[in-house]
Amino acid sequence: MSRSLRGDCCGRPNGNLRRKVPGCFGAIAADNPGSRGRKTVPGGRGGLGREAWEEMITAGIDVGHKYTKVVVWDGERVLARHCRLTGFEQKEAAEAALAAALGDAGVPRERVAAVVATGAGKSEVWFADSRITEVGADARGALCLVPGARTVVDVGAEEGRAIRLDAGGRVVDFAMNEKCAAGTGSFTESMARALGVGVDEMGPLSLKSTRLVPMNAQCAVFAESEVVSLIHARTAREDIARAVNDAMAGRIAAQTRRVGVEKEVVLAGGVARNAGFVKALEEDLELKVVIPEAPEYVTALGAACVARERAGGKGNG
Amino acid sequence: MAEAAEKEFWRWKEYNWHNPDLDWRSAEIVAAGVDVGSVSSQAVIMADGELYAFASMRTGPDSPASAENAFNWAIAGTGLTLPDVHCTVGTGYGRVNVPFAHKTVTEIACHARGANFIYGPAVKTVLDMGGQDCKAIRCDEKGRVTSFLMNDKCAAGTGRGMEVFADLLGVSIEDAGEMSLRVDSEPEPVSSTCVVFAKTEAIGLLRAGWSRERVLAAYSSAMAHRVVALLERIGVEPEFAVTGGIAKNAGVVRRIEKELGVKAARTSYDTQIAGALGAALFARALAQKGK
Repeated sequence: MSRSLRGDCCGRPNGNLRRKVPGCFGAIAADNPGSRGRKTVPGGRGGLGREAWEEMITAGIDVGHKYTKVVVWDGERVLARHCRLTGFEQKEAAEAALAAALGDAGVPRERVAAVVATGAGKSEVWFADSRITEVGADARGALCLVPGARTVVDVGAEEGRAIRLDAGGRVVDFAMNEKCAAGTGSFTESMARALGVGVDEMGPLSLKSTRLVPMNAQCAVFAESEVVSLIHARTAREDIARAVNDAMAGRIAAQTRRVGVEKEVVLAGGVARNAGFVKALEEDLELKVVIPEAPEYVTALGAACVARERAGGKGNG
Repeated sequence: MAEAAEKEFWRWKEYNWHNPDLDWRSAEIVAAGVDVGSVSSQAVIMADGELYAFASMRTGPDSPASAENAFNWAIAGTGLTLPDVHCTVGTGYGRVNVPFAHKTVTEIACHARGANFIYGPAVKTVLDMGGQDCKAIRCDEKGRVTSFLMNDKCAAGTGRGMEVFADLLGVSIEDAGEMSLRVDSEPEPVSSTCVVFAKTEAIGLLRAGWSRERVLAAYSSAMAHRVVALLERIGVEPEFAVTGGIAKNAGVVRRIEKELGVKAARTSYDTQIAGALGAALFARALAQKGK
């Protein structure tokens, strides 16, 4: 169903694509770091070698609240991905992320036809040729990976979005929460901290739950106290983790229903990596969601696709 | 050094008090009110029409025990025992968990009644800023509730939010109010509504070189702005009074006054006991009826 975005993810900031997919285009970069000039890229479609640099290359930068993600795109394949903590210097994070991604791809900066920025810090990307809203980028990225996408749900660190697309892939409606931590990744993070487990353990832990315990608090601050009370009451960590994921899923499902749910539903954003949340969301929405392999890069990929369109390139998968 | 790192700045002082000049034995009616809140629990004892004793402490994970602890601490050293109390009313978030209460009354009614006692019959608008909720209450000259609005869903604008900030900045919660007033000019309020996001924003401000005073000022005015929105929806009729723990935070109260353009009534009473005090007044009325 979904065309995969291969490689490493945001869970590991500064993940290195070269080490992950040595058989791919990354190998070129590994052999000739910083090389210039024409190179034949092995692999690609049908295993045919092709003149990669004749293709138009664009980059999408998604400066999120927590992570900055970059996708380098040739209209057909992701040449490199990079993710790093945004921190407080969004400008520097964007610069460093693009440089790292281009380094991984072995593509010099001047070969990049256009850069489009998106995300909460998009205005800080001074070197971008243009900008696009997160909603627009999300829609574009999801369509690129899942051509039949009609609903896009993106749950990031400090934001949650639900987007409805029509048959032509145009955005019909969207709902967004950026005001409240409930229904964003920071909610799960706070609860993981209260539980004393890593945020990546929340998914596997909750899948082992055997008992339903209710979470009454909506607010992340209050929910943290509630988790502490549950711990005092000797509730199993697995059951608390599930309650947290269920609560999150409930919020996101409600937000998604507000725009209308239609298949295919694509789940993007880092929270899609939490299997417990995904299960709860699927149960709540009563359907299977499609999760791209690198869900946190969907928005950046969308920006790269838009960059290509704006620069007059054809294709986009 | 390690000790300083482990200090819990949000942890406000628990306390008890009783009036040594009063003797409950000579009182016709001894009434008690117990307010089990989500964060703090208070017990108040009234001897006839006067405040006799009270205690305020943190609510533990076990609500019935918290109610009992608060009551026992209030009567400590007075010679008073539970059977000596004619009537007890429970209130607050955990009011059903006051095993020795004869009746329960909502905290809205109790805060209005308590504010009426503390600030006098002129009070028509009460803002109760508690640990995990915030209520704007309109009442008449007898302290009867005519309408109210409440936020118990979101930590923004509640005491818990201030505790989070006290902890973040390493400022004792009792000093946070005064400290936030020590700024040369009023900074822009923190823009995030959510306390979790406001915390991130505050870390950014600290990194940008803001003093803790300035960050506290920015958060206090954001908090004031939140509750003023609640107050404006219900309409403010003077006199205006603030109860609950945050009423002791001058930084927040001054900023609410400034934004509302209305001064809050002053008192020498402990504002945090308003709910329990209201409950005790209801208990007293019940006992009188029974006689």
